[in-house]
Amino acid sequence: MISLTIDGVAVEVAEGASLLDACRAVAREQPTLCHAENLTPANACRVCVVELEGSRALVPACSREAEDGMVVATDSERVRHSRRMVLEFLASSTDLSLAGVDAWLEDYAADPGRYGPPAEASARDGRRPGHHPVPDGMRAETVAQDVKVDNDLYVRDYSRCILCYKCVDACGVDAQNTFAITVAGRGFDATISTEFAVALTASACVYCGNCIGVCPTGALMFRSEHELRAAGLWDEDAQSVTRTVCSYCGVGCNLELHVQENRIVKVTSPMDDDITSGHLCIKGRFGYDYVQELGDLATTPIDEVLAGVRGEGGTAAR
Amino acid sequence: MDLRFLDAEASPEERDAIDAVVGPAEGSPGGPGLRVVRGGGEARSRRHLLLPALQAAQNRIGWISRGALDYICRRLSVPPADAYGVATFYGLLSVEERPPRVAHVCDDVACRGFGAADLIAGLEAELGPAGTDGGGISWMPSPCLGRCDRPPAVFFQLAGENDRARSAATVADVLAVLAGDTSPLLGAAVPQAGDPALRLLRRVGVADPTSLDAYRAHGGYEALPRAMELGSARIIDELETSGLRGRGGAAFPAAVKWRAVAGADERERYVICNADESEPGTFKDRVLMEGDPFAVVESLTIAGFAVGARRGYIYVRGEYPLAASRLVGAIEAARRGRLLGPSLLGSAVEFDIDVRRGAGAYICGEETALMNSIEGHRGEPRNKPPFPTSHGLFGKPTVVNNVETLANVLDIVTSGGRAFAATGTDRTTGTRLFCLSGAVARGGVYEVASGTTLGELIETGGGTRDGGEPAAILLGGAAGSFVGPDALAMPLSFEAAADRGVSLGSGAVVVFDAAADFGDLVRRIAAFFRDESCGQCVPCRVGTVRQEELFARHLASGEPLDAGLLSDISRVMSDASICGLGHTASGAVESAVALGLVEAT
Repeated sequence: MISLTIDGVAVEVAEGASLLDACRAVAREQPTLCHAENLTPANACRVCVVELEGSRALVPACSREAEDGMVVATDSERVRHSRRMVLEFLASSTDLSLAGVDAWLEDYAADPGRYGPPAEASARDGRRPGHHPVPDGMRAETVAQDVKVDNDLYVRDYSRCILCYKCVDACGVDAQNTFAITVAGRGFDATISTEFAVALTASACVYCGNCIGVCPTGALMFRSEHELRAAGLWDEDAQSVTRTVCSYCGVGCNLELHVQENRIVKVTSPMDDDITSGHLCIKGRFGYDYVQELGDLATTPIDEVLAGVRGEGGTAAR
Repeated sequence: MDLRFLDAEASPEERDAIDAVVGPAEGSPGGPGLRVVRGGGEARSRRHLLLPALQAAQNRIGWISRGALDYICRRLSVPPADAYGVATFYGLLSVEERPPRVAHVCDDVACRGFGAADLIAGLEAELGPAGTDGGGISWMPSPCLGRCDRPPAVFFQLAGENDRARSAATVADVLAVLAGDTSPLLGAAVPQAGDPALRLLRRVGVADPTSLDAYRAHGGYEALPRAMELGSARIIDELETSGLRGRGGAAFPAAVKWRAVAGADERERYVICNADESEPGTFKDRVLMEGDPFAVVESLTIAGFAVGARRGYIYVRGEYPLAASRLVGAIEAARRGRLLGPSLLGSAVEFDIDVRRGAGAYICGEETALMNSIEGHRGEPRNKPPFPTSHGLFGKPTVVNNVETLANVLDIVTSGGRAFAATGTDRTTGTRLFCLSGAVARGGVYEVASGTTLGELIETGGGTRDGGEPAAILLGGAAGSFVGPDALAMPLSFEAAADRGVSLGSGAVVVFDAAADFGDLVRRIAAFFRDESCGQCVPCRVGTVRQEELFARHLASGEPLDAGLLSDISRVMSDASICGLGHTASGAVESAVALGLVEAT
């Protein structure tokens, strides 16, 4: 076991545990954005930085391995300043309205407005590395851009993207091994992109949706959710979540069906499911429409349902 | 891994250029058939050829077409998106069609006020705004090109030809090269050349850098046999006694790295010479590589022998074509002389060197970014720990040393660590190279004993161009700091610099007189970091943007700069960024504010 101190509290953790694990062991939850239980830490967002005695710079709790004798502060002035600035930087450049970070923004007194009014949306694919237009400083540059809607299953709203690398890792070696997306470009002009920014339909994407599953900010979203939100009809309070087992093959992936007004609007898989670790394939993730094609089986006579499916009219037809 | 490729075909000339890097295609002539690829682990193990292959495609037609990218991906079994991510990371690669002959014109700190503005205005008049296609030719602004001794500097990418660079360029020079002129370009300025007191520069400008015999005639390859006689442990002891600290900017004791790798459990190890010199105002490594390439090869060989590595890499800045070709020439000559290869000096010791060229990314001078770049990934720094001495290139224990650091090893081996440490100060041993540029009489690389004062260094270069006192001096480049004339008495040693709260960094000394426009200079430095941030971590990716906007706002509005906001931005970049780029991205601009060069609240 490794012994260390978190905010003055002694804690023991297993070898290989991260500082974040150690913080959690003493019930000191830290803010994280790019961290996920089912992915290799990217330690890119830096919102989880903590102060480690003897280290000049702050260290990311999510990926720094705990060592014997470490003395860690998670709420020092330096830590609070860095977290405030990271949150301010993100909030001033990115749409965080679906990122669930309002409490952190308030807790750390982030003031994204002090960088000036946000710049307007602009095209961000294919910018030249090492070159950028000279700013006049009157507006704060943002990642605002048009939503990419190029397929029936999910949309990419990169105005919300904080470049946490989670989708890239889930598409790549951490889950799907498809490598349809990458980080392209450099610096603030970096984007999540397919090769030559082609549409998903022309890319290697297999629509497993694992990128959606790990996206912390709502940049990647089921088309159904996107459309319902656009229409002002998305209502999480009115949704139920039903845990079930995928019916397609024998693996037995656990599904969570998010249902609003008796329609499936989103499918996720629990992170703690031994089989999926939160990841699914296209069938489990998106292959639910047949359930809805059949209408409400509990209340509709089966002949009517079948007639509807066969296109013979009837109430069950969609 | 089941890869999906693009529906685009490379032209025969693109394929030939790529094959020249990755080897002939299966079943050639005629190529592998575009639907066939020798895949699996064997292909993926050659991923480190990705950047050289992209460079070959770029060089062949002046940009990387979809067909070329697709062909590279098939040959190396790399997903197209992944290769696209790598290609779009580098400033010298273009995935969009552009003119085949491009002049990259330096507008950075050491050229900006010293001729670059006129040159750019002239090119704009001749060719139109940056990036305009002027009939197959074009110009682009560029960060520092490492030719600050004779500004302004220009680097040429010429499709189908070797890249070229030139110093002291005029509009006519640039147009002539773009039009096909191939006459020799100006060499480096080493005003001290021939001075018998020189150590690091003793052969530069004296011995023919293309001749192994000339190198030997001037004391070359005396250190390697001596090193093999001493053996690994003694070499590292001598290195420790010498007190040699890294000359790339971080000043880390070289012996600590060597000892760690020599004692590693893993047998597979690497040594890397970091020749990605990109710090604005710095050009000493270029001068060494161009003027004494065998010294770099010999010292890296000694490093490899000492730590038990069988392969070394020299990662040369992409904008240094002459340095790269000189090194390649030196390596080939050394192989012929059994000074590299399977049997060093007839012994059982094996060591060889690969030269890799960068492609326009300052961040690749950071050692872990450099290793990612060699491995064929985006040049993003890795989180440390673990450090390269345990998890380096290809995950193996690796020593990374700067060119100048390595060059010192030769004298340490031949004369001993104690003799080396007799020069300089107690804690900064040996001599150091400084890159003097700006408003000085004779810019160039100067070798002085550590502890020489800043004022003495400038006097060695003939003083300021108008004979007066400098208004300010930028030490250590964009990652360094501005100091005022009161610093002229400061000894150039790590400890004296640290006492003053500045860093000597990579040895850049850019002198400014009263003619300098400091608001414009500081804004250029802020723009540099905004361009060169890799984008991986939030503090640096967004912080460099907000920092530049802050200076832009100050210049546009005429209002004093908001020093509180600058300090807030600076602190998070310094505290929470992943690597040294973010840690130092505010240093120079903050020092300018502190000196009163920029008006602030």
